[in-house]
Amino acid sequence: MMNRTHGLDALYQDEPPLVRVRDVGKIFCVDLKRSLLYGLGDGFGELLARRSARKSAADGSQALRRGEFWANRGITFELKRGECLGLIGRNGAGKTTLLKMLNGLIKPDEGIIEMRGRVGAIIALGAGFNPLLTGRENVYVNASLLGLSKKEIDEKFDEIVDFAEIGTFIDAPVQSYSSGMQVRLGFAIATSTEPDVLLLDEVLAVGDHSFQSKCMARISSLIGRCAVIFVSHQEHLVQRLCDRVLWLSKGTVVADGPTREILARYLDSGDDRLTGIPSASLHANIASASAVMSRREIHAGDDLEVLLEVNTSSTESLEEIFICLIDGTGKYVCRATIGLQHSMTTDVTTRLDLKVRDLRLKSGTYLVQVLAFKDGGKAQLLDLHCNERVRISSPWISKVEYQPRLDLKILE
Amino acid sequence: MSEIMLKIYSPDPELARPLNVLKSMWLDLKRARPIAWRLFVRDFSAQYRASFLGYAWAVLPPLLNSFTFVFLNNQGLLKAGSTGSSYPFYALTGTILWQLFSDSLTMPLAALQQSKSILARLNFPRESVILSGLLGVMVTLLIRLILLGVMMMVFGIVPGAGFLLFPVALFALCAAGLALGLMIAPAGMLFGDVGKLLTLILPVWMLLTPVVYPPRIHGLAASIAAWNPVTPLIETARASLTAQPLDHLPSFAFMMVLSFLLILGGWLGFRIGMPHLVARLG
Repeated sequence: MMNRTHGLDALYQDEPPLVRVRDVGKIFCVDLKRSLLYGLGDGFGELLARRSARKSAADGSQALRRGEFWANRGITFELKRGECLGLIGRNGAGKTTLLKMLNGLIKPDEGIIEMRGRVGAIIALGAGFNPLLTGRENVYVNASLLGLSKKEIDEKFDEIVDFAEIGTFIDAPVQSYSSGMQVRLGFAIATSTEPDVLLLDEVLAVGDHSFQSKCMARISSLIGRCAVIFVSHQEHLVQRLCDRVLWLSKGTVVADGPTREILARYLDSGDDRLTGIPSASLHANIASASAVMSRREIHAGDDLEVLLEVNTSSTESLEEIFICLIDGTGKYVCRATIGLQHSMTTDVTTRLDLKVRDLRLKSGTYLVQVLAFKDGGKAQLLDLHCNERVRISSPWISKVEYQPRLDLKILE
Repeated sequence: MSEIMLKIYSPDPELARPLNVLKSMWLDLKRARPIAWRLFVRDFSAQYRASFLGYAWAVLPPLLNSFTFVFLNNQGLLKAGSTGSSYPFYALTGTILWQLFSDSLTMPLAALQQSKSILARLNFPRESVILSGLLGVMVTLLIRLILLGVMMMVFGIVPGAGFLLFPVALFALCAAGLALGLMIAPAGMLFGDVGKLLTLILPVWMLLTPVVYPPRIHGLAASIAAWNPVTPLIETARASLTAQPLDHLPSFAFMMVLSFLLILGGWLGFRIGMPHLVARLG
């Protein structure tokens, strides 16, 4: 963590919060046609200066019409200059909806939002790029959409091109750019606006590693001067950038507090991308199967021990086993494999003791997946998850690609 | 930036404070101008970059359209009647004027549809999209007016003092189209039906308007033309160009004032509707 906040706190302590969100809620509708009709009605209603077309519910709040739900509700927080707030939660938790309200793109249905100063939002990099036009022309269009005057763009032009590493391609049509180049150009433009409040939505999900670290440096340098709201599924980035984290689930705030504490709770809760993965798929001839870890907390460099138990309804030969670890973003980070020749019969429970040796992963919580195959690895027998996540504490922060050794002992 | 600007978003209708709305409309219009120019340059250069015929596309539709009517009239399939000036010129003028109206009418919806993705993701004065579309309509008109000027020389048409009214009439045609276009645009953004209906209705509307024939005196066509809001605009514009008597001045003036009021109303509706639209369009 950078030690920036203390000095800045003193500098900006008299300034009111740049972002003030009080009890904010937003209603969406699941049914598109109905939603469009509601939209038309709401628009007309507002034209007649009516507050809302909805009836009031018993508790004084607004009653939902058919098909509607709260995409955000009861959200309250404040943010000062120099602070960086991480917004975490599963897909559909309402993070982007909240950002759109903060950016003034959509109106809240409840509560009040106060934004002070120039708001810069990177919700969609390169939105508005025209593929037929050159990079230079697109810089001018995009930057003016973000609120820069021609003079300001002239001044920042070289810096933008430098940062994006576009070089002489700046006068080639954007059509001919790689997707990475387009993202770089979009990011360079968006961060050149010197905002007071910066909204970042999954900006670093694309681009190669060197560009990611460059972006991180840029964001860090911006944090000193503005209030940042950072949405990301990559928790190591949240950990590096944010002082505070707001955890959303189903549109409401689950927790709001220091990054380390809330992030740990979030990862332990399983309220991340892994929850949606089906926990087991078994071949028709497998009657039952289970995978249990001996320890759910290990240190980097330890072995991960899994006990696999399988009952079959007909004779099957077990020929290959995989153990995979999946991180909080749903990415496979490690895969260990071993071949064997074991015949499983109906009357005996097959019990296998599997050991992934010397696991070197960065800190975090991982899902452990066990796969088994027959017919030389061609036909899948089972695919199941361990009973719990494994929590690894580790001194390493970056990931190294490697395949650990898998050892196997057949238990009678 | 010494003064820090405060923006408040709440469910309260903006129109509860009408003065604030008017003020922010004015401010946004000012902010929108440079952006509109950028968007216009973008669209304009992109439009002709991937095209062989380029600027010819501005004049081809009215040329072909009026040729059709000249052909029908020559062959006796259409009885345009006495038109004051030569019929080909009459038909070309009418077509160009009508297209100014219909371009201005279809522009807001088309421009907003085209900018859907940036409207949903970036917060910039939404007026820029309309202004940039308007610039596009103007440039197309300018190219067509050059064609019209050439044709005037070819057909030896000398404009009279009424010519001074011609730019005003062009303005009024554009304003009437824009007013209508702004009013239907929000609904058109939500429902595809509106756009489809528009392409269906516009050609029929043109035929019911004295565009390629002089207004009738008797019969159903005459009463339709009398109630058709575009009639006085087209007639006045054409008469001012070709030194014909200006018969429709009172209704022309009325239509012009009405158009401006409707533009204000349409603009207001468009502003208020935009957050609702963005919420539905994602």
